[in-house]
Amino acid sequence: MQVFSPGLVLALKIGALGALAAVVAGLFLWRRYIALEPAMGDPVVQVVPFSHKHHVGDDGIDCRYCHTSVGHSAFAGIPPLSTCMTCHSQLFTTAPVLAPLRAAFAGERTLSWNRVYELPDFVYFDHSIHIAKGIGCSSCHGRVDQMPLTERQAPLTMQWCLGCHKDPEQQLRPPTQIFNMSWRPPANQRELGHRLRLFYHLHSTRLLTSCSTCHH
Amino acid sequence: MLDLPPLMDRREAMKLMSAALALAAGGCAHPPLDQIVPYLEGQEGRDYGEPLYFATALTQGGYAQGILARSNMGRPTKIEGNPRHPASLGATTPIEQGRILELWDPGRSRAVLHDGEIASWDELMTMLTARLARLQTSGGAGLRLLTRSSSSPTLLALIDAVLARYSQARWHHHEPVNRDNVHEGARLAFGRPLEPVYHFDRAVTVLSLEADFLGCMPGKVRHARDYMQLRRPDDSRSPMSRLYAVECMPSLTGANADYRLALPSSRIGAVAAELAARLSRGGKASSAWLESAAADLDSHRGSSLILAGEGQPAQVHALAHDMNGRLGNIGKTVDFIQPPVEIRELAGASLAALAADMHAGRVDTLLILDGNPVYDAPADLEFARALERVPASIHHGLLVDETAQRCAWHVPAAHELETWGDARAFDGTLTIQQPLIAPLYGGKSAIELLGLLIGELGYVSHDVVRATWRQRFGDQQLEQRWREALRTGIVADSASAFEKVTAAENPTAPPAAHAERGAGGSDAAPGELEIVFRPDPFLWDGRYAQVAWLQELPRPLTQLTWDNAAMMCPRLAAQLGVQNEELVELELEGRVAEAPVWIVPGHADGAVTMMLGWGRTSAGTVGSLRGSSAYALRSSRAPWFARGVRITRTGRRRPLASVQGHHGMEGRDIVRGASLAAYRVNSGFAKKKADIEPPESLYPDVPYPGYAWGMSIDLTSCIGCGACTIACQAENNIPTVGKQQVLVGREMHWIRVDRYDEGPPSAPRTAFQPVPCMQCEHAPCEAVCPVEASVHDAEGINVQVYNRCIGTRFCENNCPYKVRRFNFFGYTPNTPILDAMRNPDVTVRTRGVMEKCNYCLQRVVRARIVADRENRTLHDGEVVTACQAVCPTQAIVFGDLNDPRSQVRIAKSSPRNYALLGDLDTRPRTTYLARIVNTAADEPV
Repeated sequence: MQVFSPGLVLALKIGALGALAAVVAGLFLWRRYIALEPAMGDPVVQVVPFSHKHHVGDDGIDCRYCHTSVGHSAFAGIPPLSTCMTCHSQLFTTAPVLAPLRAAFAGERTLSWNRVYELPDFVYFDHSIHIAKGIGCSSCHGRVDQMPLTERQAPLTMQWCLGCHKDPEQQLRPPTQIFNMSWRPPANQRELGHRLRLFYHLHSTRLLTSCSTCHH
Repeated sequence: MLDLPPLMDRREAMKLMSAALALAAGGCAHPPLDQIVPYLEGQEGRDYGEPLYFATALTQGGYAQGILARSNMGRPTKIEGNPRHPASLGATTPIEQGRILELWDPGRSRAVLHDGEIASWDELMTMLTARLARLQTSGGAGLRLLTRSSSSPTLLALIDAVLARYSQARWHHHEPVNRDNVHEGARLAFGRPLEPVYHFDRAVTVLSLEADFLGCMPGKVRHARDYMQLRRPDDSRSPMSRLYAVECMPSLTGANADYRLALPSSRIGAVAAELAARLSRGGKASSAWLESAAADLDSHRGSSLILAGEGQPAQVHALAHDMNGRLGNIGKTVDFIQPPVEIRELAGASLAALAADMHAGRVDTLLILDGNPVYDAPADLEFARALERVPASIHHGLLVDETAQRCAWHVPAAHELETWGDARAFDGTLTIQQPLIAPLYGGKSAIELLGLLIGELGYVSHDVVRATWRQRFGDQQLEQRWREALRTGIVADSASAFEKVTAAENPTAPPAAHAERGAGGSDAAPGELEIVFRPDPFLWDGRYAQVAWLQELPRPLTQLTWDNAAMMCPRLAAQLGVQNEELVELELEGRVAEAPVWIVPGHADGAVTMMLGWGRTSAGTVGSLRGSSAYALRSSRAPWFARGVRITRTGRRRPLASVQGHHGMEGRDIVRGASLAAYRVNSGFAKKKADIEPPESLYPDVPYPGYAWGMSIDLTSCIGCGACTIACQAENNIPTVGKQQVLVGREMHWIRVDRYDEGPPSAPRTAFQPVPCMQCEHAPCEAVCPVEASVHDAEGINVQVYNRCIGTRFCENNCPYKVRRFNFFGYTPNTPILDAMRNPDVTVRTRGVMEKCNYCLQRVVRARIVADRENRTLHDGEVVTACQAVCPTQAIVFGDLNDPRSQVRIAKSSPRNYALLGDLDTRPRTTYLARIVNTAADEPV
């Protein structure tokens, strides 16, 4: 005797598939939940809609004019408001978009930028050593000079970090090209990278991929 | 510290679980974006995120210890010694390390209190102004100031200004662990109070009369460094000093002495007297021990040193000065300066006078600046009761402590790292103290409070301190010299000039019986049991009780944490029929205290010792109700030792959390040592078979072509102070676990200091051995980790990868050195303010993760990046581990083993070099230099 009617069997099958779909959907949701925020490629809204495209791309201001400590500190540094005001005490002095900046500089309230790139607390990244050893800004930050609002351009996963630490040759640039936003690996990058690796005295891949290089 | 939540019932658990589920399902939102707040103004020459070091000083008892305080983005995170400061030379004591936690302590007082209710600074000012107006008409009669002993020119000038304004007012100072006997002893010998300054780097023969110059005296860090200058057995040209110590309770000095004699404190005066007679008149001393010491001193005229401890009566100090004079040591191994701390009257007498006046109702307004006399005043002064008779009492301190609770007003104090000030070191050198951070909890400095008394309502500590120095430097040089003093941490050439001393009339030869009495102790019939009071090595007089790091740091000679005990020798314990941890009642002159027994080998017979600083009743959640207060028994007549204590058994027990349960080596060669004579004959004594020729190994040899980090620990230099343990704790964000967890062996220290007692329990020879992770090249922990959380990096450091660790604890079980620590619970508290204190370069570990020493990896990486940026290799000494930096005797050397000229390679080339448990073929990168003591060749080591 048939215990389950064909209709019930169908319902059970659909139900099982549904459960499976729910689990899969749940996994996707969970993955999205643990993913870094903001997502890659999402422009991050800021209190003052600061445009790198305008300042870097159009005006040609060097990265280090604002991110002063990028060459000698782990942190590239967010410019103090006085840096903004070197120009903006003269330019756009009444622009409404800059009202929060002026208020903050007058000490009325603080101006907080939303972080675009954030690493977990157990990862120790140092800007200065990457700059010193031939990794350019755009290798990780992308064409910042073309971003009206800054967005994250790298997944910042360990796999992504190790991709380069295992094979730095693919990204090494000559010292003159570090801050060049439009640098692209030339056709002979393999050969160039190999020569640059010797030039920069890079440590062994064993050290570059040791846990202790980034985690302590 | 761990606080388990109360157990919940089933329904509660179900409710919480379902709530958590609902939240997990419904709250699928990301945490808010992190914010970056920019500075307003840029600072020239400062790199965003790089740590800054500020040269300043911390004081204790008025004596300054120079430090460099690290600030990460404006947050003080670590204290290092100041290499330019004479009391530091780059190292610190354990207490200074703990004071960063004292600064951030969330239990600190945050509000002005009036009768226990929250009040305001303005209310206090209103009250005080009205009161002072009335006082001024009477010339300030009834106005009293009580401070701790101070050497601060600014504070003393302010006190003088107060006294000038109110002619009838009086200033008192109180220091439970004071140096009255030292100053009085100099007065007996030379006619005026003076401070001895010792030069241990010139003293070949040293006799300590219960003077713990390595663990207790001001300048102890400097003393330890100087002392070890003459303890270098590998340098055959330099003589090796010999230290004789007479003491009751084993101290760091006694443990490091070549010859130690255990006597009750009250009998040490008689030894001094006999020695003085022997040295002046010749003949033979009554005991062989004393005779050999006397002969040794006699044959080292001008290069010997006799010193007495602060617990010994003034007469003993006078005797020591007299003997030094006879031996020609004054001006060579000991000099005298004006006491750095202000002593218009001795601290003990000063407090006693205040208490008498309070009892008599002659005190109307009492301002207690940073002190806790209700807790730590001698019991016979009955300070708490006296305080009830004072109409207006104002307490100023870091905590709402025992005294604050009994005063009408309480003002939260600013920490020394939060305010400007100045202070003198043990040799008189001045430091201008600078703050690292604005007061975290709204504390006020003593300067601001004293300003109120002289009618200055808006005193700012910076301006007042600068005004003091404007006078000293002169207007012209002020800016330049002020900046120089702040940059270097010392005022140039400010050490006190040595005084010319001449013996006072008839200073010497107090009869033995006389020396036994006096300011130190009370006299009683012989045969009676004696009680000795010593400051706790880490809580000191109790003022650091709220600092969990100091609570959990094992005491060097008892290995006890979180508790104190009545300490006695094995023979007395057997005689009383008591065992460890049994609670006994101690009764002295009608006063009673209760404490558990702890048997200490090497303690003098006929005496029991208690550490001061315990049994606080109001020191926050960390410090309250831990241990037993010895102040209950301590009287102003006998502040250091007293006879006639009666001990009765109670039959109850209080478990004591000791981190080491066994102190014998059981015939194994864990600490290897020899006498100097034996070492000269057989320099390779420390080498065992495994050290000369490593056994065959199944593991392949891994090459380390770049840097190969290694460490050498010199057991001849290690004095066992424990500074390395707590410096490591501060640097590496190591949590404390609390007494219950220590009792089950779960302390987290990455470097521990083991103590071994060899020889008879009545007179053992003590050795200390710091044990961090050995960084084995053939690491047993790595082979058993199922997830490769324990691996070697490219420079040979055995690293622990927290994110991989799943907490099997196999590695811990397979480690022969027992240096791995497991987070059984989330020991790091979720306290936002303490997050700001932690070292941002070191990951905070979570529950279920193994951790251990990694040679301060963060410092290695940071230094390597700096060198790589400059395209050069690291210099030797560029990477300094936290334990190495803090070590007063530089016993720890760290560096690159591939660099043939590195200090660590040189150290390891010593014939004394050996590996701990080397026969296991773990090939440790950390090795030891065997311990050499300067005894006769045939004596056991």
